[in-house]
Amino acid sequence: MQIAETQVRVGIDIGGTFTDVALESKGTRYTAKLLTTPDNPVDACMEGLGRVVSEAKVSPGDIDVIVHGTTLATNAVIERKGAVTSMVTTEGFRDVIEIGTEGRPEQYDVNILKPEPLVPRRRRFTVSERLNSAGEVLKPLDEAALEALLPSLDEAGTEALAICFLHAYVDSVHEAAARDFFATRRPDWLISCSFDISPEFREFERFSTTCTNAYVQPQVSKYLAEFQERLKAAGYGCEMLMMLSSGGLTTVQTARVFPVRLIESGPAGGAIFACDVARRLSIGQAISFDMGGTTAKICLIDDYKAQSSRRFEVARVYRFRKDSGLPLRIPVIDMVEIGAGGGSIAGVDALGRLTVGPESAGSAPGPACYGLGGSQPTVTDANLALGRIDPVGFAGGSMHLDTGATDAALAQSVAEPMGMSPLAAAYGVTEMVCENMASAARVHAIESGKNVDDRTLIAFGGAAPLHVCQMADKLGIDRIIIPSNAGVGSAVGFLRAPVSYEVVQTHYQQLDHFDVGAANAALNQMERQAEAHVKLGAEDGAKLTLRRVAYMRYHGQGHEISVVLPEGPLGNDAASELQKLFDAEYNIVFGRNIGNIASGEIVSLAVTVTTEPYDDVMASSSGGVDSIARGTRRAFDSASETEMDFTIVPRDTLPSVGPVAGPAVITEKETSIVVSSVFEARVLEGGDIDLRRTAKRALAKEA
Amino acid sequence: MQELQLLRKQLIWSRLISAIEEQAQTVIRTAFSQSVRECGDLSAGVFNRRGDMVAQAVTGTPGHVNAMAICIKHFIEKFPVDEMMPGDVYCTNDPWLSVGHYHDVTVVTPAFHKGRMVGLLANTCHIVDMGGRGFGPDSRQVYEEGINIPIMHLAREGVVNEDLMGLLRTNVRNARDMEGDFYAMMTCNDEGARRLVSILEEFGLDDIEEVGDYIIEQSRDSIRNAIRDLPDGVYENETELDGFSDPIRLKAKMTIVGDALTIDYDGTSEASLFGINVVMNFCIAYTVFGVNCIVGPEVPCNAGSINVANVKAPLGSILNVERPMPVSARHVIGQMLPDLVFGCLAQAAPDRVPAEGAGAMWNPMFRGGKTAVDPEVAENSPTLTRDFDVITFNTGGTGGRPTLDGMSTTAFPSGVRTPPVEAIEADYPLIIWRKEFREGSGGAGEYRGGLGQVLEFGCEDGAPFSIAAMFDRTWQAPKGRHGGLDGAVGVVKTDAGTALKSKGRQTVPYGQKLVLEMPGGGGYGSPTARDPELVRQDVLDQLITVDAAAAEYGVVLTSDMRVDIGATQAQRSTMKSAAE
Repeated sequence: MQIAETQVRVGIDIGGTFTDVALESKGTRYTAKLLTTPDNPVDACMEGLGRVVSEAKVSPGDIDVIVHGTTLATNAVIERKGAVTSMVTTEGFRDVIEIGTEGRPEQYDVNILKPEPLVPRRRRFTVSERLNSAGEVLKPLDEAALEALLPSLDEAGTEALAICFLHAYVDSVHEAAARDFFATRRPDWLISCSFDISPEFREFERFSTTCTNAYVQPQVSKYLAEFQERLKAAGYGCEMLMMLSSGGLTTVQTARVFPVRLIESGPAGGAIFACDVARRLSIGQAISFDMGGTTAKICLIDDYKAQSSRRFEVARVYRFRKDSGLPLRIPVIDMVEIGAGGGSIAGVDALGRLTVGPESAGSAPGPACYGLGGSQPTVTDANLALGRIDPVGFAGGSMHLDTGATDAALAQSVAEPMGMSPLAAAYGVTEMVCENMASAARVHAIESGKNVDDRTLIAFGGAAPLHVCQMADKLGIDRIIIPSNAGVGSAVGFLRAPVSYEVVQTHYQQLDHFDVGAANAALNQMERQAEAHVKLGAEDGAKLTLRRVAYMRYHGQGHEISVVLPEGPLGNDAASELQKLFDAEYNIVFGRNIGNIASGEIVSLAVTVTTEPYDDVMASSSGGVDSIARGTRRAFDSASETEMDFTIVPRDTLPSVGPVAGPAVITEKETSIVVSSVFEARVLEGGDIDLRRTAKRALAKEA
Repeated sequence: MQELQLLRKQLIWSRLISAIEEQAQTVIRTAFSQSVRECGDLSAGVFNRRGDMVAQAVTGTPGHVNAMAICIKHFIEKFPVDEMMPGDVYCTNDPWLSVGHYHDVTVVTPAFHKGRMVGLLANTCHIVDMGGRGFGPDSRQVYEEGINIPIMHLAREGVVNEDLMGLLRTNVRNARDMEGDFYAMMTCNDEGARRLVSILEEFGLDDIEEVGDYIIEQSRDSIRNAIRDLPDGVYENETELDGFSDPIRLKAKMTIVGDALTIDYDGTSEASLFGINVVMNFCIAYTVFGVNCIVGPEVPCNAGSINVANVKAPLGSILNVERPMPVSARHVIGQMLPDLVFGCLAQAAPDRVPAEGAGAMWNPMFRGGKTAVDPEVAENSPTLTRDFDVITFNTGGTGGRPTLDGMSTTAFPSGVRTPPVEAIEADYPLIIWRKEFREGSGGAGEYRGGLGQVLEFGCEDGAPFSIAAMFDRTWQAPKGRHGGLDGAVGVVKTDAGTALKSKGRQTVPYGQKLVLEMPGGGGYGSPTARDPELVRQDVLDQLITVDAAAAEYGVVLTSDMRVDIGATQAQRSTMKSAAE
């Protein structure tokens, strides 16, 4: 554990709506939340920095490190605002990124949309060359053919170039030659090669990842350069580290080469935040639940580590459906994201079923109760109707909610079509949105052979505390933590993240005739590569941890599971040892192993080099005394499915009042924690709120 | 609160669909056959004690799902539900009882709660080899097409039926993949059963009978209401397909009266003498899929939604064959049924139905090695590959849609995906030299048809190989709708220019490649109504030529690729007056 006590560290998270800044100095944390400045996101960062620096009474020069995460890359892809990107690919394969899997994300809807590729066909060029799957040259790369492409590439206005050849994951010879050619002839283009960006087989995913990297690279590069300049000008001489989608940190230098790895770094910060909460409270098995205005993100955390994955989809265009976005093959924190948030719109479908989301009212027009012209009922409206939100104290008292508009919207869109009372309809909306989130969490867990019950739920984000008890009931969970500083969780999470880099590479070997030397050579080379990236950002002499994973399957299967390799070089008995480790892991994931009919094989290797995570030694300073309403309020209780009197307790008074039995509402500036009648709340030493189940939820029996 | 009971049923409904999706994901992650693990050629569902499907996985392909839904009744006829034991698993691949050819194996597992059978978990997967001639249309009788598994125990109280597995192992080309797939199918049902029981526990239910009835009734009513909204009438359509050697005529008469919809395929060609015949289960599966795409795409698939349309086909016709007719490549006919049905529905709901598309997938079944190619070719070839069998799943374009272009190179109606080129080449001695859009193949229209693709296949070192061709629309194009032009017809040839047949096993000689040019979708609406800017974009992307822009769309481009507005208006008015 690194002790950051002597350092002054700052985390900055630029999200779509808010920019969060957290500064930690001498055991105290100072935070700021500002509206993001989309025209120049650096503006809000500088403003926020100024605020926390003056609040903490430090000078810019005192700051040791700034850790930064941004949605810039994600937004560039979603809003299609990236660079003019061209692609050079193998002759005969011009349309790989547009054809994809030839599948559809939905079976029955004839009006589905497929994602538009980032590089349109007119800027996809082909060149004669070909390797086979063993890396042998079937057709040499012809430099004259590259030369011949230059006029078209120029005419296309190329700013960034993706070089994507078949089987380049086995041998980079042709891609590297093409890169060298273009780098010499057009030094101002930013070039991404598939062997470098994502050296794994499956061309669609590799090419898509490479094109995305190229597409966001000029913008990210320019932004980072400008940010660093402004920091320097303002006297912040320290180093800046970037948050990666994998939950690790890297240098600006590495981030500029692999900007695709910055995608989803904000949510990754949230997961790291949850990992840190789990570590502080010694919670071995947790599930993080981050619910905001539009989406909810859920992540499994075991032994204080967030689950990781190598595949991710960005910019889904069909109801957040799998296969409706652009696939990225990069190391990511494995989260499931669904269209469920406070702004999710409720309605009744043609089958008389209550539906919630994924469409969202956003912040404009917003929920009906905002009175900004929204007429459709949202999850926030349902919570208001249930009495969980105080119409007067909303958003720190800055907004008065219109209960009349809520009741009208719920009546018209849900209660009347379903023949329900308005109260039941409102409860139904919250039940359905929780059901959607709980189902997503369970499917997500099953895909990794894990369970969700017996875990502790760590909830943050504006809408999560309203729904945690209902979620816990659905997931069979008995304990919930709502951490302090939940409102700026990602920025705080950045400060807990280690410097880390992961290299994944296709390395195909059957255990039947296993070449130990080749595997060790590949692992060593990957380790050196990852270490070089980490050393750039780690403090001198920092202790580095090495994690090596083999992605394995039975020979003949198509999908791999991860097997952690033992420490040290693989020995002569590695094949049988790996087979044993794999059989055991397979058994855990699928409940049976089939070693009797097939032997194992390695598809890819991954090496992660990381520093130790930064421990949290902070006491929070933020959140002044909240003097919103006290007493009781009539509200609907999900556990008993009846209306009850809820005790109203401001969060900052919790330490003095002791444990609070549900039903209760713990009020905060940004949100309210709804404690159902089967939970009891207490505040822990570090300010986190701990909800424990006191009874099972008793579902009303069939009448 | 009494009214919450309705909400509770809806929550359980949503939960069941999610649980079955978990089941489907499990088989994808554990299967051996590329068709299942990479391509999603599978389905999964949960059934009540009467054998009615209550929920189905979102993942999967329609031919399987709807046919599987019908076949469970046969299982419980043979093994009454109260005699089933925990740990029992049943299976069949009988084409007439299940999904229409031997490759699709259905595995059924009963789930138990409080000592009682509470539901059946089932899944169907396409197993690449089940013996016989292998996947292809060449057989004259079903007996040549592989090994038949009557409905029987795959496991009895937890013990795998080794007699069956032993028999299968000695009858197929790749025993390991076959056996691995059977295990995967059992594993996934176990997962489904576990989830089903945990749902019953959470909601305090004894079984899913009552909630199942609610789900089925709601779905049925919803489809019926949608049919009632269509004008009563008789809507006829017919189409001609390549057939094995002679053209095949499919005829449909759709009758809508109130909330009843009947489709009668009377007048359809007789059964083929080769293996492109469809059993009634499969005919119903794709017919119902076509109907529901238009009348109730949002209705989850279950016994309620799939039993509304009444489907009839004359016994002995190509859509309802009897034993011992061969059926292996039945998808080339069956997957054309949605377009046939769309042609009827387009008369009842003119603004909701896309133009015709490529329809049936183009799935070349490759075989290499000495035993696979013509004997004289094998003798004279300087090189041969090892023995191998592999299928790729490929597709053309879909038809233009009422407000959108057709989808290029996208499977419809099938829900199957194609494996990566790099994955195929890593496992087999095939080299895929080309896989890209087939320029100009999308039918012109206000909404253009999707483009087909061109694929070129060879073997390592130019070795000869054979394919079982099962392709269609090589002489009758996918038709446009409401003035849209037809898509391009498919082409099957070698790179030396030799035309190949669209059906049947053929050898591609040493040094040559197989070239497949897949059909494009038909256009929707008049091409002269298409936004000239969109036509220009299509030219810039080389989806159509400058000449086609002028000739088909009436859009004239200048030499620097801008729309010549004056010339375009003139050209379009000439075209319109010529048309009148």
